[in-house]
Amino acid sequence: MTREAPAPTAAHTADAALALGDDALVLSHRLGELMGHAPVLEEEVALANIALDLLGQARILLSMAGDEDELAYLREERAFRNVQLVEQPNGDFAHTIARQLYFSTYQHLLYDRLAAGRSPFAGLAAKAVKEVAYHRDHAEQWTLRLGDGTETGHERMGRACTALWRFTGELFRPLDGLDLDPADLEPAWLESVGDILGRAGLAVPDGPRTGAWTAGAGREGLHTEPFGWMLAEMQHLHRSHPGATW
Amino acid sequence: MVTPTALEAELFEVAGSVPDPELPVLTLQELGVLRSVRLGHEDAVEVELTPTYTGCPAIEAMSLDIERALHEHGVREVTVRTVLTPAWSTDDISDEGRRKLREFGIAPPRTVRDAGPVPLELGPTRTVGAAGRPCAPSAGPGTGPGAGQTAPDPVRCPLCGSADTELLSRFSSTACKALRRCLACREPFDHFKEL
Repeated sequence: MTREAPAPTAAHTADAALALGDDALVLSHRLGELMGHAPVLEEEVALANIALDLLGQARILLSMAGDEDELAYLREERAFRNVQLVEQPNGDFAHTIARQLYFSTYQHLLYDRLAAGRSPFAGLAAKAVKEVAYHRDHAEQWTLRLGDGTETGHERMGRACTALWRFTGELFRPLDGLDLDPADLEPAWLESVGDILGRAGLAVPDGPRTGAWTAGAGREGLHTEPFGWMLAEMQHLHRSHPGATW
Repeated sequence: MVTPTALEAELFEVAGSVPDPELPVLTLQELGVLRSVRLGHEDAVEVELTPTYTGCPAIEAMSLDIERALHEHGVREVTVRTVLTPAWSTDDISDEGRRKLREFGIAPPRTVRDAGPVPLELGPTRTVGAAGRPCAPSAGPGTGPGAGQTAPDPVRCPLCGSADTELLSRFSSTACKALRRCLACREPFDHFKEL
């Protein structure tokens, strides 16, 4: 069906593990920022649980690339390989949900394919795909509820979907070390997201899916401004007290 | 697969009888997370444990508890390894485990077999047991109204047994549970969601 990817080398596997691990770690941290700030208690719990799933994935993936703590806490911004979508600030609740919708739809397609393959990611993917199915479902329910709800919810959800649209092209760029080409996931992603937005009464954004310099380079270590602030907070404790234990 | 020796089977029982740190009514064996116990050289035992969820924070407490139980049983050296493959599923929870969950006030997971996560009903708001929905009391057990779909059994209230329950949130006190409410007795309850 698609091009047969060359047998991945160990270095490529580590690179891919870093990229996917950074996606999970950074999104987990963003969702963690909502603790104590979610609109209702159930959402507080839901977002924390999703963050925890992602953190578990991140720990396994980063351990495939090196020492998980060193990688999480001691790298500079330019050394992170996550896509720019996951580092975008939580914004209002609609932005958080739009980010979840775009990312969890992608991650579900990705893990589903990886689980069917024979790469070193197959085991984790087979486990995580079942968790991510719940993340995607959660995002879908909220997209429908906000988009097809009140005028304010509809307007805000539409605005959020449009604002994050330009970060979605990067998800499908080639990534060495996987036994698949992420570009192959794109048609299913567009169909799935388009279907949900349609049912929510929201227009599929028509802007470009990659920006000039602002989007499309997270995998190369180029990040958007909010990411540095996020890292400073995430790494501050570990860097201030090197080697400290509980 | 190597057949475990009598001693290994005994040690499996010991490790398997350790209670789950978050759901202490269940043992690790009933939860289905203990994969194997192997005896190596010189009294060294290797245990394989699988997490329920990738990020399950209880796995470290489980490992420590297993080590302690085996030490108390006279094993000198214990290594607990976490394995991901094959992935744990709620189908791995034993019948006895399901019974204990219900008794503890948690609705046990429905069987999913190879179907993956049970698709939850879609709708913009809370899923109430309205007419025609799989959780309506009229829906017979094991069947469902789905045309060509394998509709799941209703999630029954663990307190009063009613099948008329609604989903409040897909995520609850831990990653493995969803929060529901019984429409008959009005009590909220946790549901060990299918994975």
